Amino acid sequence: MHKDQDIAGTKLGMWLFLYTEIMLFGGLFILYAAYFSRYTDDFITGGKELQLAFGAVNTLLLLVSSFAVAASITAVEKKTLKPAVIFLVSAFVMGGIFLVNKYFEWGAKFHHGIYPNSPDMASGPPGRNIFFGLYYVITGLHGLHIIIGMVLLGICTFMVIKKRIHAEDYVVLENSGLYWHLVDIIWIFIFPLYYLVI
Amino acid sequence: MQENENTHIVSYQKLTGILAVLLVLTGITVGASTVDLGKLNVWTALFIASIKSSFVVLFFMRIKSENQAVIISFVVTIFCLALLIGFIFFDIAFR
Repeated sequence: MHKDQDIAGTKLGMWLFLYTEIMLFGGLFILYAAYFSRYTDDFITGGKELQLAFGAVNTLLLLVSSFAVAASITAVEKKTLKPAVIFLVSAFVMGGIFLVNKYFEWGAKFHHGIYPNSPDMASGPPGRNIFFGLYYVITGLHGLHIIIGMVLLGICTFMVIKKRIHAEDYVVLENSGLYWHLVDIIWIFIFPLYYLVI
Repeated sequence: MQENENTHIVSYQKLTGILAVLLVLTGITVGASTVDLGKLNVWTALFIASIKSSFVVLFFMRIKSENQAVIISFVVTIFCLALLIGFIFFDIAFR
């Protein structure tokens, strides 16, 4: 009974932390929306410069990796630790591929002179500058969350292998999973706002 | 089991089904963005994104098997965010 309460508290704590993350990204989305209503045309032109393929592939990666993390919890509950490790490692790898994609995407933008305070940006229309400024802030912050999520997944993988996460005690895995799913949800909103703006 | 009695294992089949729904919805968002609906495009995209998020929260994050405190605080958080967005746009719309 005492242990149950501990778990409930641990998970409530994680959810409370997730709420602060929701408000953090929510605030950035509000900023996006407010500037979108002011510089609609610049945002539309800006969005067309982003490559849909990068966004779409990264969306698929995060959705599948979210599935993998959820499946790893199922595997632990079923007391099958080997599938759990495989699911976790594949989610970790997908997070890694996401970042590699991001690296190439950002690299191509830098190459075209699109980066904060570049001569091209500074002399261009203000709306375009704001669009790409917010693009770097939001996707950058999201990328940082991917890195943190990958560290958590790595720790969980290690703990499952060492049998410190098992069917009787897996709250660490559940909380790490919650974090990873939130990072996925944030991307679910970033994708249409940046890659599909009309 | 570490959980209370009301928690049950979510089967792989169910999780795969949810993933399939999420992938289909992603396809629909991309497809819908190619049709010119004017202002409705943004709302369509946000609507589909909200449905996708709900699926993740309900089935991947299993919010229903969390205790009452989590469910209530989650709803309150989303309500606060909606209130914040609502008031800010009420302001922006009338400038």
